[in-house]
Amino acid sequence: MTAISCRELCKTFRQGEELITGLDRVSLDIDSGSFVSLSGPSGSGKTTLLNAMGGLDTPDSGQVTVGGTRIDGLDRGERADMRLHNIGFVFQAYNLVPVLSAQENVEFVMQVQGVAAAERQRRAREVLDDVGLAGMEGRLPGELSGGQQQRVAVARAIAARPKLVLADEPTANLDSHSAAQLMGLFVELNEQRGVTFVMSTHDTRVMAYARRLISMRDGRIVEDRAQEPRPMNL
Amino acid sequence: MMLLRAGIGRLAWRNLWRNRRRTLIMLLAVVVGVWAMVFMSAMMRGMVDEMVRNGLDQLPGEVQIHHRDYRDDPSVVNSIAPPAGDLLAALQQPPVSAWSARVRVPAMVSSAHGSRGVTLLGVDPAAERALGSAPRTMVAGRFLDGVDDRGVVLGQRLVERLETGLGKRVVIMSQDPDNNVADRGVRVVGIYSARLPGDEERFVYGGRAAIQELLGIGHQVSEVAVIGDGYRAVAPWAARVAAAAPELEVLSWRQLDPFLDAMLTLQDGFALVFMVVVFQALSFGLVNTLAMAVFERVREIGLMQALGMRPGLVLQQVLLESVFLLGLGLALGNALAWLSIKPLESGIDLSSVARGMEMFAMGSILYPALDWRDMLLSTVVVLGLGLLASLIPAWRAARLDPVRALNSH
Repeated sequence: MTAISCRELCKTFRQGEELITGLDRVSLDIDSGSFVSLSGPSGSGKTTLLNAMGGLDTPDSGQVTVGGTRIDGLDRGERADMRLHNIGFVFQAYNLVPVLSAQENVEFVMQVQGVAAAERQRRAREVLDDVGLAGMEGRLPGELSGGQQQRVAVARAIAARPKLVLADEPTANLDSHSAAQLMGLFVELNEQRGVTFVMSTHDTRVMAYARRLISMRDGRIVEDRAQEPRPMNL
Repeated sequence: MMLLRAGIGRLAWRNLWRNRRRTLIMLLAVVVGVWAMVFMSAMMRGMVDEMVRNGLDQLPGEVQIHHRDYRDDPSVVNSIAPPAGDLLAALQQPPVSAWSARVRVPAMVSSAHGSRGVTLLGVDPAAERALGSAPRTMVAGRFLDGVDDRGVVLGQRLVERLETGLGKRVVIMSQDPDNNVADRGVRVVGIYSARLPGDEERFVYGGRAAIQELLGIGHQVSEVAVIGDGYRAVAPWAARVAAAAPELEVLSWRQLDPFLDAMLTLQDGFALVFMVVVFQALSFGLVNTLAMAVFERVREIGLMQALGMRPGLVLQQVLLESVFLLGLGLALGNALAWLSIKPLESGIDLSSVARGMEMFAMGSILYPALDWRDMLLSTVVVLGLGLLASLIPAWRAARLDPVRALNSH
């Protein structure tokens, strides 16, 4: 089953007088349960593609289908609903809400979804335990290390049980040990829960965890191949 | 939905206290603003209430019943029979609480040292007391014993002008129905002081029957003054009294003294204008506070939108922050106003400017009147306009593009 389908995606940005190509007729299908790495140099279009897949940005032309639903024509509110119920996001910067505790951050998406308090508290505690943050539920983001914050962000992304997780440079701000822990967690979630992962990264050691490698340059896919995951010592 | 609101509420409340100093300064501004609105309204209401009460004392009553020609020619010719039949029955029904049939004619009072034009009131002292229009303070002597009392009660300033005194004789002179002079020498049995010094020179009280006898009008009276349970709501029962006496003119104080009516209306309108003006000053601070709060959280708002928070929910969250700030300011401001007005309700002595106050038909004591409607009005103004002003930063927050917001620094 196809989790994401992109057809002929084009996106340009204006930078002063110059038009920058973000995506140039990009087409691809990502199956459910995949673990995909998007790689390429800065400005190659990785983040633009992730944003288009996640409904954070709309392409100038082309189609994006997530879980069988076309999302490129949806309005802001409808796209927000689609993200809320289908996609978990992990960003490069940890992007936690600073006034909410770790547990409240994890509960946030479920709260917006309308999950009952007892249920979301139970799930948040469970997921925080899964990511190795048991006992830190009450801490504010400012009281956690970078790695711990990113694990809270991952916990938030998966606690609502999305079918798809989009991660933009999730290890960029982490030390080797934290990055290895995070990737181990991604693999575990992918293999045990069947969550589809699409992850952009510069780091070849991180790419090694993926089962499909997509390389981009100048807004185009220049390589798309399967690989045997080869987790490395980060 | 309530569950969602609860979560948004918690977030809004915590966001409000991120910059504690800024929030406290804005909160202080709201508290002072609300206090000023309610306090000034209470002072203005007290002033206008005083003016209306004094006006009603002079009329007197909240409703008056006259001969249809009396207001054009307030002479004894245009007198009426005392209430009886349907009219009497109407006057005995709530909310009518008291009434007094009185003779009221222009007259001249003379002493050995001078003469003054006055309004001669022939009254039933018990009914006047019930009506609240009998002199409140007797400086010397006594008020009238009954309708047959043949003495007169003069105001302190009139006594000074006429250089007379308690127990001395003065001559009362008026006209009978045949336009003949009706005069009689009477003894001063009491001297009163009034809240408005001008009243002391204007009104001379005599027993009703004695004055009727002097004027030769039998049991006829000039007017019937009536009061109910509050001067603001006289229209319904005034109409009922009017229906019971179709041949007479029954007028409420609003019709008898349109100036007072206008003052009351003006006061209500002015209170609203004053509150809106005070709020204008507050609104700049409020919008600035929220705009800064949004500006500092652009990235975070982008994150929440990226995670699936609808723009409408972002709008609600920022508005909730405004509601919390304004609500807290309203609660504290109203409480402060209550605490500062309550001790003053026994009156603020303005005797040093009493002459000036008299020009506005006010006594020398100002009684601030705290009215829950003023607190409600300030709440409606502050919350209503506050939310309106908050829409600008809230709208900006809701319109943020999540991608740009997430990439902002």
